[in-house]
Amino acid sequence: MPFINKGFHAKRPTEGPNKLPPGQYETQDFPVLTAGPTPRINLANWEFRLEGLVEKPVKWSWNEFNALPQQDFNPDIHCVTKWSKFDTKWRGVSLDTLLEHVQLQPEAEFALAFSYGGYTTNLPLADLRNGQAFIGLQYEGKPLTPEHGGPARLVVPHLYFWKSAKWVQGLRLMGVNKPGFWEEAGYSMRGDPWQEQRYGSDDDAADTSSLRL
Amino acid sequence: MSRLDWQIGTVTAITPDTPRVKTFTLSLSRWTAHRAGQHYDLRLSAADGYQTERSYSIASPPEQTGEVALTVELIADGEVSGYLHEGVAVGDQLELRGPIGGYFVWPAGALAAPLLLVAGGSGVVPLMAMLRHRQRAKLPNPAVLLFSIRTPEEVIYQQELEAMAAADPAFTLLLTYTRQAPAGWTGHHRRVDAAMLAEAVALLPGAPQCYVCGPTGLVESVATLLQAQGLPDDAIRTERFGPTGN
Ligand SMILES: Cc1cc2nc3c(=O)[nH]c(=O)nc-3n(C[C@H](O)[C@H](O)[C@H](O)COP(=O)(O)OP(=O)(O)OC[C@H]3O[C@@H](n4cnc5c(N)ncnc54)[C@H](O)[C@@H]3O)c2cc1C
Repeated sequence: MPFINKGFHAKRPTEGPNKLPPGQYETQDFPVLTAGPTPRINLANWEFRLEGLVEKPVKWSWNEFNALPQQDFNPDIHCVTKWSKFDTKWRGVSLDTLLEHVQLQPEAEFALAFSYGGYTTNLPLADLRNGQAFIGLQYEGKPLTPEHGGPARLVVPHLYFWKSAKWVQGLRLMGVNKPGFWEEAGYSMRGDPWQEQRYGSDDDAADTSSLRL
Repeated sequence: MSRLDWQIGTVTAITPDTPRVKTFTLSLSRWTAHRAGQHYDLRLSAADGYQTERSYSIASPPEQTGEVALTVELIADGEVSGYLHEGVAVGDQLELRGPIGGYFVWPAGALAAPLLLVAGGSGVVPLMAMLRHRQRAKLPNPAVLLFSIRTPEEVIYQQELEAMAAADPAFTLLLTYTRQAPAGWTGHHRRVDAAMLAEAVALLPGAPQCYVCGPTGLVESVATLLQAQGLPDDAIRTERFGPTGN
């Protein structure tokens, strides 16, 4: 018999249950979540790199990166701390555009995003392609602020938001799925909110067939 | 990491801490020892199938076996905090899973560094677990709690903190009231700033391990100020509760 909290009911309607993954609630503001201090990054020294299992690593300066073709993205985002925010407004560079600049070695199946300040997070490469991920440079028409990961943040909206590395500096392509910062601390290796893969122990139970490797 | 299955806890006590804050003690049949700073996820289920979850830090120390204390601030129009405050009585059951969190924790024993704890409002909860653990396990780490509250009636755990400070010369409690201070107050009466943090650091015999928890504004500014005092990034651990306020 399912457990019920007597007298409990939803406080406010959401935009339709199909937009909200299990256990999440909708928020209007944009909470900040970080494990430590916010790094301040000088744009003159900023660079973005694609490295690891690629034929020839590439790197872009801030100006070069901003000259790449940009697009608008309006994703719903889901944080593992339970909030979801609908129709966020970003502008940035699609990962598909970036990956056109490298030739991947055949073993490349995973990526480790690494950031200024030392943060890392791991993702299956399949979750970064086909319009699913981008490097966000603007939020609601303005340069992305440092608290939210500016100057540039990886955004992978279909996974819990810790996979969307703030202050991103590059991606290392790998043949093995090496855990990043939160994953090392017990969080899920994939982080699909629709399967409620919050913690490492949720991965065993979850159906991983949607992982197109 | 062991499986984080949902389990049902029974509320054994509800204690008011302030007019807007209550501590819920839950006995758990599958209790696991936590590290101070970790939290539980709590899930509420409605009769129509609607479910929602929130995280609550563990206020009790791991020495308090078989149960956990969660301290919950009533948020205006809050879905879960509202239900907990108004709809839950001793003897009721709640569904939860944990302990969770591997970074905002105090790995006691392993760390000899003094503790600098900075809290805003209900951000004191995970820091209280660290202080209670330190006290119960008789850990030697010198510690300072710098606790920012708006008004005198908002000091969560006030009596316990004051008693702890009075009994233990290695622990200092520094309160700062940001709006209204008690009558005759001679201590701090402003937001946490560089001078206050320098004072707290100077009370400790060596470079501290810092834990900062509270609303985003406080956490952002305190973490940046501690960095400016020359503390390395990995000595500053942060956790944020609740809305951004903007
Ligand atoms: C790791 C962690 C540990 C935590 N530990 C603690 C703790 O120890 N103690 C504690 O008290 N809290 C803690 N929190 C915060 C807690 O999880 C909840 O966020 C908090 O209790 C508020 O939940 P609620 O359901 O009551 O409020 P919610 O219903 O989520 O609402 C919060 C606020 O946002 C507004 N709001 C939300 N949705 C909407 C909407 N759609 N439209 C308009 N307004 C909206 C509400 O009016 C309200 O003011 C912790 C959070 C984290 C992430």
